[in-house]
This record gives sequence, C-alpha cells and structure tokens, in this order.
Amino acid sequence: MSWEVVIGLEIHAQLATRSKIFSGSSTAYGAEPNTQANLVDLGYPGVLPVLNTEAVRMAAMFGLAIGATVAPRSVFARKNYFYPDLPKGYQISQYELPIVHDGQLVIDLDDGTTRSIHVIRAHLEEDAGKSLHEQFAGLTGIDLNRAGTPLLVIVSAPDLRSAREAVAYMKKVHQLVRYLGICDGNMQEGSFRCDANVSVRRTGAEQLGTRTESKTLNSVRVMERHPV
Amino acid sequence: MVAFASSLDQAGVLALTAEDAALLSTAMAGFDPRDSTCADAPVPDYAASLGSSAATSLAGRRIGIPKQFFDAGLEPESAAAVREALRVFEQLGATLVELSLPSLALSVPTYYIVAPAECSSNLSRFDGVRFGYRHPDATTLDELYSRSRGTGFGAEVKRRILTGTYVLSAGYYDAYYLKAQQCRRLIADDFRRCFADVDLIAGPTTPTPAFRLGEKIDDPVQMYLNDIYTIPVNLAGLPGISVPCGYPGGLPIGLQLIGPHFGEQALFSFAHAFQQETDWHTRMPPS
Repeated sequence: MSWEVVIGLEIHAQLATRSKIFSGSSTAYGAEPNTQANLVDLGYPGVLPVLNTEAVRMAAMFGLAIGATVAPRSVFARKNYFYPDLPKGYQISQYELPIVHDGQLVIDLDDGTTRSIHVIRAHLEEDAGKSLHEQFAGLTGIDLNRAGTPLLVIVSAPDLRSAREAVAYMKKVHQLVRYLGICDGNMQEGSFRCDANVSVRRTGAEQLGTRTESKTLNSVRVMERHPV
Repeated sequence: MVAFASSLDQAGVLALTAEDAALLSTAMAGFDPRDSTCADAPVPDYAASLGSSAATSLAGRRIGIPKQFFDAGLEPESAAAVREALRVFEQLGATLVELSLPSLALSVPTYYIVAPAECSSNLSRFDGVRFGYRHPDATTLDELYSRSRGTGFGAEVKRRILTGTYVLSAGYYDAYYLKAQQCRRLIADDFRRCFADVDLIAGPTTPTPAFRLGEKIDDPVQMYLNDIYTIPVNLAGLPGISVPCGYPGGLPIGLQLIGPHFGEQALFSFAHAFQQETDWHTRMPPS
C-alpha cells in the first residue's frame, strides 16, 4: 500500500511599493524600530485607511501574469485577533472577493517534465508588526515598522505532490514576482515567505487527508527538508 | 471621530438654531482625501438662502408622513406635539402626504446587529497595550487584555462588544451580520421609494419625551426602542435633523425631518422656516 503527499502553498510576497498599503509611511527595510509607523499604522482611534493604488496595480499585474481573473470589484475585510504587534486589533485583508482568482502556473520538474498548478486566489493584505522576544530579557519589544506593509498572499490549490514540486512552484513564483518587479524576493528580510498545508492519503484516493499547516517557511532549504 | 460602528458613524452638529447648524455644516462638509468613506460631491452654502422670504414659503413642497411613525409606540402627547408642528408646514403652503415604510420594524433589531458587530471590531484596539485603560496588576498577556477591558469598559459597551463578537463569530456571520445587511437594504429601499413622491419625510424624533439622565440605564431594551425613528435614517445613510417642537411634561420632544441622499439643503430650509414661525428652540426645559 503506498501513500502520497498533498501540498498546497500560501506564499506571502511583500509588494515593492515605496509606501504602505494604507498609509504614506516608508516600507524600507532595516530602519530603527518604530520610526516608520505613522498614525494610521499605529491604529490611532479616528484615522482611516487610504488604499495605495500602486499595490493594486502590482496585484493586478500578478493576476495577468498567471492568466487569472483580475476582479473589477474586490473587497477588504477585517481579520480580528488580539496581539501586541497588531495595534488595531484586526488585520485588513481580503476574504470573500479577492483581487485575483483562478490562475495557472506551469512548473518545471527535474526530470524535464512540466506540471500546471492551479492558483486559487491572490489577495491583498496588510502585514502586522514584529514582536522581538530576544533583545530584552523577560520582556517583548514591539517594532511597528512592518505594520501595514503590503502583502500579496498567493494561494495554490493542493496540487503539489512532493517537496520537490513545492520547491519548484515556490521558485517559479519567486522568479515571476522578481521579473514583474512587484517584490524583491528577499527571503532573509521576510519579503517572500510561505505557509505550507500538507496532508497524506492513499495513492489514488480522491479525498484529502487531514492537513497540517507549517507557518513562515522562509527558505527553500527549510522547505525541501521539512518532514512530511 | 473615534470609530464606533464604521458603516454608521457620521459627524453631526448640535446647535441652538437650524441656521447655526447650516453654517457649521457648510464649514464641516466636503471631500477629505484621507477619508475613503466620504463622497466627493460639491457642498452648497446651506445658510445662504435661509434668510430670504422666498425660501420660507414652502408652497408646492410635499412632506411625507410615514404612518408607522405614528403607531402604538408613540406617546399621545408626543404625537400631538408633532402633528401641531406639521400644521405649521401646511400653513406655509406644503402638502402633507401619508406614506408607508413597511420595513421600519426591522430597524432596531438590524441596528443592534450591525452596530455591536462593528463596535466589537473597532473597540478591540482599547486593549491596554497602546490604547485605553491598562490594568496595573495583570501578570500575563491574557490577563492584561481581560482585566484591562473588563475594568475599563462600562456595562453597555461590554454588552455591545459581547453581542458583536457573537454575531461575527464563525458559523453565525451569515445568520446575523449578513442577514442584517439584507434588512438594511430593505429599509433603504423603503425610503428610496418614498422620495420619488415627496421632498422630505417628517415625524417624531423619539417615541417619548426625553427621559432624565440615567433614568433608563437598567432597561437597555427600553433605551434601544427610543431610537426606533432615528435608527432607520442612519441605516439608510440619509441626512436627518431634529428640532424641538414641544415640552410635554417639561422635557423636550423633537420633530424629525429626513431628506434624500445629499438633501441637507431642504432639511435646513424647512427647519429654519419652522423656527421662524415658532419659538420652541428658544425655550429651555425647567431646571
């Protein structure tokens, strides 16, 4: 009896806009903590978000590049949770009507064959801030420079059947966003990271197994070695 | 403006006269590029035409009177004060037209889904980390949240946050928040149909005269029901104005005028005309 692995990836690509998705703060990496967070990023009561048109343009470019539908009308929603690096208490994301849906990406495998992978959706989302647990003994530092950084969240169907295919797909998306100039692809700085949903099932079975989600895989090496 | 229920939040003016309200509204209204929820529409000088006698004549204008505003919930003395106010408009040449807002009864339950849902999200930032009261004795993050919010918020705010979090929770969203959005559309459609036939809609602002501060604090449903005539206007996104029109029992009752979208000018004109003919706005409740 043989088993097969089923993998779907959710890639978070930080869009290469100069300012944040809902505010005019800079998105440049490496600044002093909390120097690139304005009233909107800090979630002050009474301020309102203004959508960055460049982020929308970049998301649409990605949609066109994978032959997807670029929605003429897409909707932002709130993902509510409590965490100290999320000052508003919710993340603004897209849920029911994402800007991009139903595209295809052809991946190249080692044996010279190719496979077409279905991209279910790609939606715009604001990143949260960072909690720094190491610098301060017994305390947690909060850096809100990253809060409000635009992300394109690219969600594949569970079409991938091995870690190698997952890596090939991730490399393909990485190459594409860099070619389009919509993401710098820097994995060390977290500009390109990935959550993996993995399950196993009997070979040939139609039903999917129970999945596990591995968050924030930030290198190709980690992904290849990740136990399944 | 601190966000409470974002789809309902709207800045408004409290003034001594309709003319003052018109002056201040002219200064306040208009497009703000940092507010993507506002409309980019021209703002007339609302006060400019109020003084002239031509504007005071309401000849040929039609005022809709929703029969649901005068049903059993309205106290008789309030009804009498409002009917008396409506006669002033008739004397100025306006025609009163009875009409129906069949979905009106949906408005309080709809509001108490929509407003708590949005408030539970908007008030989550008052968690003791950056904003709001911070409990000094919290020892863990969960305790910081629960003790700060448990102590810092009052009973009515907590009631709304609990209701709102419940109606937005997974599995209940469609049954409550989504359904409330659909009811909201029915209410707005009622008004839209009416404005095809009338310039303005008029009725009481509340079903009873004002109650004393804190008097109904232990009866939230009674307090909620007092908003039955103003909540549908808010849900439908329409402008409204309330002017005093009587003091039954010593406390004020309001006449409410409701306009179509961007119909503020007519509200100020009618309210100003009413205040030229009456002196309710110059009186004070007994102290």
